[in-house]
Amino acid sequence: MSSGPAVPSSEPPVTPEDPSDGVTTVLGEAEIARALTRIAHEVVERNKGAHDVVLLGIPTRGVPLAARLAERLASIEPGLVAADVVGELDVTMYRDDLHKHPVRTIGATHLPASGIDGKVVVLVDDVLFSGRTIRAALDAISDIGRPRAVQLAALVDRGHRELPIRPDYVGKNLPTSLSERVSVRLVETDGAASSGEPVTDAVLISQRPTTPSEATR
Amino acid sequence: MKHLLSTADLSRADAIRILDTAAQMAATQSREIKKLPTLRGRTVVNLFFEDSTRTRISFETAAKRLSADVINFSAKGSSVSKGESLKDTALTLQAMGADAVVIRHQASGAPHTLAHAGWVDSAVVNAGDGMHQHPTQALLDAFTMRRHLVARGAAGAGGTRVAGDPTGQDLAGLKVAVVGDVLHSRVARSNVHLLHTLGAHVTLVAPPTLVPVGVETWPCDVSYHLDEVLAETAPDAVMMLRVQRERMSGSGAGGGAFFPNPLEYTRNYGLDGRRLALLPDHTIVMHPGPMNRGLEISAEAADSPRAVIVEQVANGVAVRMAVLYLLLAGEASTERAGLE
Repeated sequence: MSSGPAVPSSEPPVTPEDPSDGVTTVLGEAEIARALTRIAHEVVERNKGAHDVVLLGIPTRGVPLAARLAERLASIEPGLVAADVVGELDVTMYRDDLHKHPVRTIGATHLPASGIDGKVVVLVDDVLFSGRTIRAALDAISDIGRPRAVQLAALVDRGHRELPIRPDYVGKNLPTSLSERVSVRLVETDGAASSGEPVTDAVLISQRPTTPSEATR
Repeated sequence: MKHLLSTADLSRADAIRILDTAAQMAATQSREIKKLPTLRGRTVVNLFFEDSTRTRISFETAAKRLSADVINFSAKGSSVSKGESLKDTALTLQAMGADAVVIRHQASGAPHTLAHAGWVDSAVVNAGDGMHQHPTQALLDAFTMRRHLVARGAAGAGGTRVAGDPTGQDLAGLKVAVVGDVLHSRVARSNVHLLHTLGAHVTLVAPPTLVPVGVETWPCDVSYHLDEVLAETAPDAVMMLRVQRERMSGSGAGGGAFFPNPLEYTRNYGLDGRRLALLPDHTIVMHPGPMNRGLEISAEAADSPRAVIVEQVANGVAVRMAVLYLLLAGEASTERAGLE
């Protein structure tokens, strides 16, 4: 009904009540970088070094996040090569909601050359929500090896868990309502699709669209 | 995609999607634990009215690797030998709750009838019907070609391709010679359409008696001279077809009315060591099996390091896993209603 925001124009143009687009930026490029650096240090601290650690990113956006974490681990731990500790784990074929969506494209699974047996696997995903993706990832891991331990790192924990799963490393805890949508934008995955505009890393909250055609996580 | 009946219905995007999915399936098959939980609780019926070893075993393996339940039904030893019609067999399967029916039938069009007559709700996969189509064979052939010829950045294809990962790519620029009994071959018909859709150039080579009527409407070239084709077009893949003597009537002398005798056929259209030497170094030799060694392919050619015939069988499992996944894994109601 009211046109435009009811706040002075000097305010940031991203209030959640803004009906024009309703998109709030929660984390910017710098915050995401700092959160990843902190998580990398926590991983090293918790595991007393990083030489047994394998980072497995869950497609799509867990993969570049895992690669960025691996670079940070390599800069913290002397002698560690980032490419040797990072991999990707596709969980599509282990999901419990396959029959509720149109057919999903299967992603690739790549493990580091050293494998995962006896290692500490850190799963990396962008948004932790119901926990069902992580459940699928745990099943996928048990089919490809037997790690000594599995830990979970998420850039954003938005709550609303449906399974007894908790993260070990969190970039930001983000209390949300179920009517909201949390999306993560990364240069690696979302840069090319954009129409000429430069894309920066961000975590965004928006209202879930009411049209049923919009896919939901 | 609700059914897989013919490669002529497949768009380029669909075909590439199947090949990409097959590549991921193939990657899982090198693991110690090959079984995936993806199709748990789904039922796949193998309905085989015609003899088959590798296709049936391949579909059965593919379904089991995806945790589906498999029911094998062959016409021998079933009610079909008592005179049951295809319709009544189909209604029985429907009552048992089959999610997918894999059908091989001696009559061209039987899978199409099963898919469109309204007897069953399940997805129908054509595993070979008469002299019509055998789409999963063509897909596994295309998958094998892509793996060998596209990943290496094929010579003679412009050299613009990136060597390495063939994911998402088609077969543009590849030259394929399909040699032998084209007339009776559903493999050739399926391959001509699929390879054309994927951008490859197909040349059929056969004696005039084994070239079907109406071949001029197919998207391919036809030649009667194998040596000329091998020397002049330098194909990237040579696919030998089985001489289907069981489909040739009056085959007392070996070839029925289609060729004078097997020796003459071998001399003109068989792949042997001499013809192998005419080919470029990267050319692969393919055969859908079962082979008639000494007739259309010599032991030297079949066992040469350029023959990928055994790998075709292994790739068949991955391709059939991909087809079953894409037909069965998604949302049942909307996906099928939307595209049917």
